[in-house]
Amino acid sequence: MTPTAVPPSGAPSPVVSGEGRAVRAEGLSTRHLLGIEGLTADDVDLLLRNAKVFSQLYQRSRKKVPTLAGHTVVNCFFENSTRTRMSFELAAKRLSADTINFSGSTSSLKKGETFLDTARTIESYRPDILVLRHGSAGACHLLTQVTQAAVVNAGDGAHEHPTQALLDAFTLLEHFGRLDDDHPQAFRLDGLSLAMVGDIAHSRVARSNFLCLRLLGAEVRVVGPATMLPVGLDSYGVQAFDDVDEALDGVSAVMMLRIQKERLNGPVLPSDAEYHAHYGLTQERAAQLGDTPVLHPGPINRGVEIAPGVADGPQSLINRQSHHGIAVRMAALHLLAKGLHRSDTGRADG
Amino acid sequence: MSSLLAPDAVDAALHQLESHLADQFAGASSPLALVGIRTGGAVVAKALQERLTARGVACELGLLDITLYRDDALAQGANALLLGTDLPFDVEGRQVVLVDDVLFTGRTIRAALDAICDLGRPGRVHLAVLLDRGGRELPIAADFVGATVDVDADQRLVLQGDDALEVALQPFSR
Repeated sequence: MTPTAVPPSGAPSPVVSGEGRAVRAEGLSTRHLLGIEGLTADDVDLLLRNAKVFSQLYQRSRKKVPTLAGHTVVNCFFENSTRTRMSFELAAKRLSADTINFSGSTSSLKKGETFLDTARTIESYRPDILVLRHGSAGACHLLTQVTQAAVVNAGDGAHEHPTQALLDAFTLLEHFGRLDDDHPQAFRLDGLSLAMVGDIAHSRVARSNFLCLRLLGAEVRVVGPATMLPVGLDSYGVQAFDDVDEALDGVSAVMMLRIQKERLNGPVLPSDAEYHAHYGLTQERAAQLGDTPVLHPGPINRGVEIAPGVADGPQSLINRQSHHGIAVRMAALHLLAKGLHRSDTGRADG
Repeated sequence: MSSLLAPDAVDAALHQLESHLADQFAGASSPLALVGIRTGGAVVAKALQERLTARGVACELGLLDITLYRDDALAQGANALLLGTDLPFDVEGRQVVLVDDVLFTGRTIRAALDAICDLGRPGRVHLAVLLDRGGRELPIAADFVGATVDVDADQRLVLQGDDALEVALQPFSR
């Protein structure tokens, strides 16, 4: 993980909302969603506010709006996924888009076809939005060069997973009452701190969360085995700890991360049980936290980074995170589709 | 922006609407379901709710965001920020009065009908508008009109003001 510049954590430009007055019309400053890097505070604010509106759809019996009717969204998943893929598919369908799921493991990649040739084939069907998950960092950037569609990064190697960070932020805003427009820090996380525990170095969720949480004004602490903490953390404005109990002391919320075994080169810790004792959210540690909320991007490895009782317990916001994934992804897909029609950032053929 | 209707003219138009609605719905068995189309229609609906309540006509107020239902929802000029729909009642079987500030092409009302019908099956939908400026592009008509106005096609009407509502003219930015 190479360090990048810390984004400014200032508040976004004021939303002049309320009946009878102007609202912000332009949309995102970018035509792709490749990472939190590249999003302004205004972009994040717009995505989160729209996600709140999309989350109203869950209450309806007819959970659909016609906005993306006639648009095609292709989920290109070259890595395994349960929640992200289903979440993007449902988000697109609830916007009335046509969706296709491409899975690397059952595709012609097995016959030796390259990533770019696969991308060109998909492009020949003129998709509007491509959602890409791939094992290599920068894959989504490469994809933007061979497609006219808007590209959403659903996870590229250990680099970024922007919609995960957005739904994590949305979950925190909900928990702390900050989805309410009347709250003095509506849609902001100023004054709150989050401790991320675990395999930070190999986690795209960690990186996207650092950037997003800092943009929203939260303080971020990280802790994990030395072999799992990358260099350059201070350039993200993040505070590194050696000891878990110290890192968790007084924190507003905790996020546990899974050991990314599929991304490790060689052994980085003695055993799962040892990891659990030193860095896991054990029952004892959870009890110490009181009612401090616990997040996890999933999938969880029960008994490794988190005790089963804690994952299923009252502090856990894990199911809220999954729940909010659809609304957040609907917000992203809607704004990217809208961006396709802009003369400054949109497609060449309009 | 130049002024089209000063506060007293807007007040007169609101009074017209309020009277029509009171005549039709006073003595109804259930409260009147006013649904204001955000943002201009919501302002008018709130004003109507206050006036009708003062007259003893029971009203419930809902706010409808049609941004996602517009036939130009993804166009460059369309709003990116969603405001959300806030209907504290069920429309199923209800007599609903859709409220908007200006009736022009009729496309907003078409979108609003789609939005309302996604929330349930109303018994009847009526349309009340503060101002009808003609220029329809769809076969849509208002049941209750505050006032009719005649303006050039290249001008948009903007309802503004907090306490004293007035209507201004602004050129369309296309």
